[in-house]
Amino acid sequence: MDIAVCVKTNPDLQLMRVKDRAPVLEAVPFKVGDLDKNALEAALLLRDAAGDGRVVAVTVSEGDRKIRETMKEALAIGADEAVIVSDPALDQSDQAGVALALAGAIGKAGPFDLVLFGEGSTDGYSGQVPSRVAELLGLPEIGYARSLQSTGAVLRAERSMGESIETLETALPAAVTVVSEINEPRIPSLMNIMKAGKKPVVEYALGDLALDAAAVAPRRAVRSNLAEEQSRKHVLFDGEPAAQAEALINALVAEGVLGR
Amino acid sequence: MAAILVYSEQADTALELVGAARGLAPQLGLTVSAAVLGAEAAGTAAAAAALAAHGAAPVYVCTEPALEGLDTAVVTQALAHIVEQAGASVVLLGSTRRGRELGGRLAQRLGAGCVTDAISLTVEDGLLVAGRYNLGGATVQRETIATPVQVVAVMPKIFEAGEPGGAGAGEAVVAVSAELAAPAVKVVDRRPKEGQAVDLAAAARIVGVGRGLAKRDDLPLTEALAAALGAELACTKSLADFGWMADDRIVGLSGAKTAPDMYLAVGISGQVQHTVGIAQARIIAVVNQDKDAPMFALADYGVVGDLYKLVPALVERLKTL
Ligand SMILES: Cc1cc2nc3c(=O)[nH]c(=O)nc-3n(C[C@H](O)[C@H](O)[C@H](O)COP(=O)(O)OP(=O)(O)OC[C@H]3O[C@@H](n4cnc5c(N)ncnc54)[C@H](O)[C@@H]3O)c2cc1C
Ligand SMILES: Nc1ncnc2c1ncn2[C@@H]1O[C@H](COP(=O)(O)O)[C@@H](O)[C@H]1O
Repeated sequence: MDIAVCVKTNPDLQLMRVKDRAPVLEAVPFKVGDLDKNALEAALLLRDAAGDGRVVAVTVSEGDRKIRETMKEALAIGADEAVIVSDPALDQSDQAGVALALAGAIGKAGPFDLVLFGEGSTDGYSGQVPSRVAELLGLPEIGYARSLQSTGAVLRAERSMGESIETLETALPAAVTVVSEINEPRIPSLMNIMKAGKKPVVEYALGDLALDAAAVAPRRAVRSNLAEEQSRKHVLFDGEPAAQAEALINALVAEGVLGR
Repeated sequence: MAAILVYSEQADTALELVGAARGLAPQLGLTVSAAVLGAEAAGTAAAAAALAAHGAAPVYVCTEPALEGLDTAVVTQALAHIVEQAGASVVLLGSTRRGRELGGRLAQRLGAGCVTDAISLTVEDGLLVAGRYNLGGATVQRETIATPVQVVAVMPKIFEAGEPGGAGAGEAVVAVSAELAAPAVKVVDRRPKEGQAVDLAAAARIVGVGRGLAKRDDLPLTEALAAALGAELACTKSLADFGWMADDRIVGLSGAKTAPDMYLAVGISGQVQHTVGIAQARIIAVVNQDKDAPMFALADYGVVGDLYKLVPALVERLKTL
């Protein structure tokens, strides 16, 4: 089973600060998207269950994000090959442009039986990219898979949608996004980290995919990106648990959110 | 005159979007129309009538058999057809899981820019501005879309459905026939979720529980606290991932956005993807054994300590209230 996994490079949000309501992203390290790790894990399990095939990690550059290091991590986790689309014209692009580049790269590196994504990226969490790629490639699409099985020709997925749980089936090839409960992503072994450097990495520029700067020009414009104002009281109660409980409940009663 | 076209597979969300669209339409110089899709004429008729009564004119109804199961690729084809027929320049979708999946696909088909999970819609300088959480929920990004057709998927429960009435209320329901490909994704099984449904967005008091809880068997401890406080029990995504609690009890970026009088966070670290769901709480109280937990930065009142000691102490104290 040949599987493409779309892997995005994200800033590590736990290390991001907010100053004067503005996010400070300088010097924040980058990492593989959280849900993209689940997608990689799902791909490796499907490949191994099928007994043959390859898992190809595909990424599209966004500004100065360290995509080559992220791809090395994807290879260390277990991807067999990496495909990188890197082009300065993509720096100002958005989900529509990223999707065009991804679809082009997947088409060129394929054919694939399955294209896997996270249901949302760690920083943007728009969920647009997978649906756009599915439409561009004309693939059936299953979003939010929390389990996946393949018989080779047919893919079966379970997903949780609002009020109901669905079991779905589709013929391959298909596009699928995964949620975090689908699996527990593996930590790369030392052995695999060593092997990662020797695995094939292919790089494309937009021109290699019959795309240009105009094709990936942004469809949206950002007016502002600021943290919402928060002011909190920050009162801490010390002491034995019983005294802390007493003080906390008294405070909540005094605020009028408890009691009569 | 060009139109705002509203669609959501959830009838109540669609009504909210019509309410939002009626507020925006005069400022944008657009009319308000709506679409209802489904394989069964019976199910769609009531939804269409409600939308028409609330001022969507016309309401486009498509009941092609291929819409059975509402496969995203098929819904995309049907809506793209209606967008053209309606002359729509703005498409408002409900940002449910289904609607969010639909947003990108429809936008791609229409060559449109798209914003998903919008939490605000305003008109500035004659342009539609959509706000959405960014960077895991740390910021709100306000965006405009530059393409002739704009697709925006709006979070449920942001806008009010509004009163029946409005221009052309109850006037026109237009039956749409479209050539749709059969769905490539088959629904093998669809079953309702177990457990009681909960509406955290409407809860006045909430106890949120995180991974500080060591095991599922300890849940009754926090249930007792919630009961003593007259609060709903909620959780971080982690506990739902473990299967300890249902998805509709998740608070945060991929769960409920709440606005209670009181949110008590027990054993929750306070990562932004969670706290974005409690930013509107009036009072936030925190129980965590790590004094450096980011959750304390959002606390009005906090206690540093072991929840296994503090939760029983809180329950004990509440008995005497
Ligand atoms: C795209 C995306 C979307 C997400 N959406 C959501 C979302 O909607 N909602 C959500 O909640 N998360 C979401 N997350 C996950 C989020 O990033 C965090 O992983 C999660 O919220 C952490 O859960 P937690 O606080 O329960 O666990 P942890 O971060 O592990 O924190 C546990 C806390 O418990 C404390 N603790 C441990 N033992 C005790 C004890 N005995 N007594 C007192 N305190 C104790 C610890 O000090 C620690 O602070 C999302 C993540 C991603 C990538
Ligand atoms: N630049 C990118 N390179 C590779 N994959 C991406 C990129 N951006 C988004 N994706 C994929 O699309 C998913 C959803 O991203 P988003 O639409 O940004 O929420 C991610 O989890 C990735 O699988």
